[in-house]
Amino acid sequence: MKLIFGRPAGLTDVKQRYCPGCGHGIVHRLVAELLVELNIRERAVGIAPVGCSVFADEYFNCDMIQPPHGRGPAVATGIKRARPDCILFSYQGDGDLAAIGTAETVHAAARNENITLIFINNAIYGMTGGQLAPTTLPGMRSTTSVQGRDIVKQGYPIKVCELLAGLDGPYYLVRCAVNTPKNIIRTKKALKTAFQNQINNKGFSLVEILSMCPTGWGMTPVQAKKWIGEVMSKYYPLGEFRNLAKEEK
Amino acid sequence: MAEKRLMYGNHALVEGIIYAGCRFFAGYPITPQNEVPEYMSIRMNEVGGVFLQTESEIAAINMLFGAGAAGVRATTSSSSPGISLMQEGISYIAGADIPVLVINIVRGGPGLGNIAPAQSDYYQATKGGGHGDYFTITLAPNSAQELFEFPKLAFELAEKYRNPALILADGLLGQMMEPVEFTFEPIDPGKLPEKDYALTGCRGRPRRVVRSYDLRPGKLEELNWKRYKKYQEIIKNEQRYETFNDKDAGLIIIAYGTCARVASAAMKMARDKNLKVGLLRPITLWPFPKDKVAQLSERIKDFLVVEMNCGQMIDDVRMATQFRSRIHFLGRPGGGVPTPPEVLKKIEEIMGGGR
Ligand SMILES: Cc1ncc(C[n+]2csc(CCOP(=O)(O)OP(=O)(O)O)c2C)c(N)n1
Ligand code: SF4
Ligand SMILES: [Mg+2]
Repeated sequence: MKLIFGRPAGLTDVKQRYCPGCGHGIVHRLVAELLVELNIRERAVGIAPVGCSVFADEYFNCDMIQPPHGRGPAVATGIKRARPDCILFSYQGDGDLAAIGTAETVHAAARNENITLIFINNAIYGMTGGQLAPTTLPGMRSTTSVQGRDIVKQGYPIKVCELLAGLDGPYYLVRCAVNTPKNIIRTKKALKTAFQNQINNKGFSLVEILSMCPTGWGMTPVQAKKWIGEVMSKYYPLGEFRNLAKEEK
Repeated sequence: MAEKRLMYGNHALVEGIIYAGCRFFAGYPITPQNEVPEYMSIRMNEVGGVFLQTESEIAAINMLFGAGAAGVRATTSSSSPGISLMQEGISYIAGADIPVLVINIVRGGPGLGNIAPAQSDYYQATKGGGHGDYFTITLAPNSAQELFEFPKLAFELAEKYRNPALILADGLLGQMMEPVEFTFEPIDPGKLPEKDYALTGCRGRPRRVVRSYDLRPGKLEELNWKRYKKYQEIIKNEQRYETFNDKDAGLIIIAYGTCARVASAAMKMARDKNLKVGLLRPITLWPFPKDKVAQLSERIKDFLVVEMNCGQMIDDVRMATQFRSRIHFLGRPGGGVPTPPEVLKKIEEIMGGGR
């Protein structure tokens, strides 16, 4: 009999410490399922960021490393170049990937480094208590923009997929969401493509995932999902921004 | 007999890194060490190693974190401002007990400073450098020969104690041309022992985690005490130095790297004038050879510390002598290099002309 809703072998038994309705847990599950389905769990080295998902190094049932805030792509590069047979995934939040670690992200993409970046965009700094993120929407409230993000004083958000699509390097750039069952299935498909690209030595893949942070947003889990559908995905449109596999055909 | 070649110090250093079985280099250009990555890019290509010119020193040190955690010998090279940028990464690497090799060809500081040789990063190198309770094993070569030999020694110490190691040199040593004897056979990286912490994928074994954090109550404290014990072991076992003319000396100069060469010349000039001068050259800056200094201080009344800074190692000398001896200082900060006559003059001031 097939186990439908048990814990995938890609996750450890450790109880996850995310808030109710948090998107991190959903993405963890998708990644864990793929580690098993693609038979890469025993080749995988995962990277846990500094952020709410820092404990991912306890959750994923594979070799893991926990680097400084934002440096996941550099650490992944080091491991991949030293051990080309390993499958590297760097799991990162928006502060990690698009603020403090912007340079590492951009340059790993420009080198078309053969690694997979999993980018959780929740438009907020979850772990430190809901401060403004590089992805906080114009007008959106955070603990350091209590009146809402003022684009005159605090500038515009960074659209990571669009930014990286301006480079020749990256092989695959896609934006998904985990607010509905349909979007979750699409996210899993994108993550699968991203891992397969690496297995086939195609190079750099980044999967951006719009992800609920009910706590940071001051919403209920239901409201948070709805907000992604009605507001966040309007500012950050879903879809592929680069897929060189299609051009190769 | 081992092969002998006339080489630049910086090139000797690169050969030493390759001979040590290191096949991973990541770095960002900065004067006065650019010959290192330039020559390294050619050599890594020849031996099928990894050479990465990174977007910053931050990226370089974190690539080293990854490569070191993957169980291979990995090196970066930089100069003072770049080493400052690396400090967070070095702290994480120390906190995760991963061996890597960091080379600092020190230049004048603070800030952008200048590109002249200096020793003003002594505190940074020997007192931790970044945040948290940690130390880095620090070697101070003073010749092209040692630039060739010390990468191997640094990796051996780094791996024995699972700790990052530093080589602290300056541009003068790198630019100098000297004969280098290839005193050991090149190490085949494939024959180095497997590391039991290496991230390689968990096939056939439990998964491994490399991290520097522990949020469980009391656990990080425990871990720090455990690492403290490791540091005590290093301090006990690994103090390295050279002494010259110390048996009959009335005054001993303490100097490392370029300053040790200057001091050595000054010592000879002083001996010609019948001044009984000796020299102690620390080879490990951390651990500082405090036991030897302490032993000497039972007999030696005067020590002269010569540094290319305003006086940093002098603190370690004071501590080692327990203030039993008089400590004199000659320093040249901001890229100044002391000359042998300058040092001789200082010696004569202390000892009086011809004793
Ligand atoms: C060098 C450094 N600066 C700041 C911090 C504090 N810090 C920890 S997590 C975090 C923000 C994380 O936000 P994000 O990457 O969006 O992840 P999330 O928690 O939202 O998933 C910050 C600023 C740190 N740990 N290290
Ligand atoms: S603060 Fe936000 S991102 Fe962090 S666990 Fe809670 S819901 Fe998830
Ligand atoms: Mg976030």
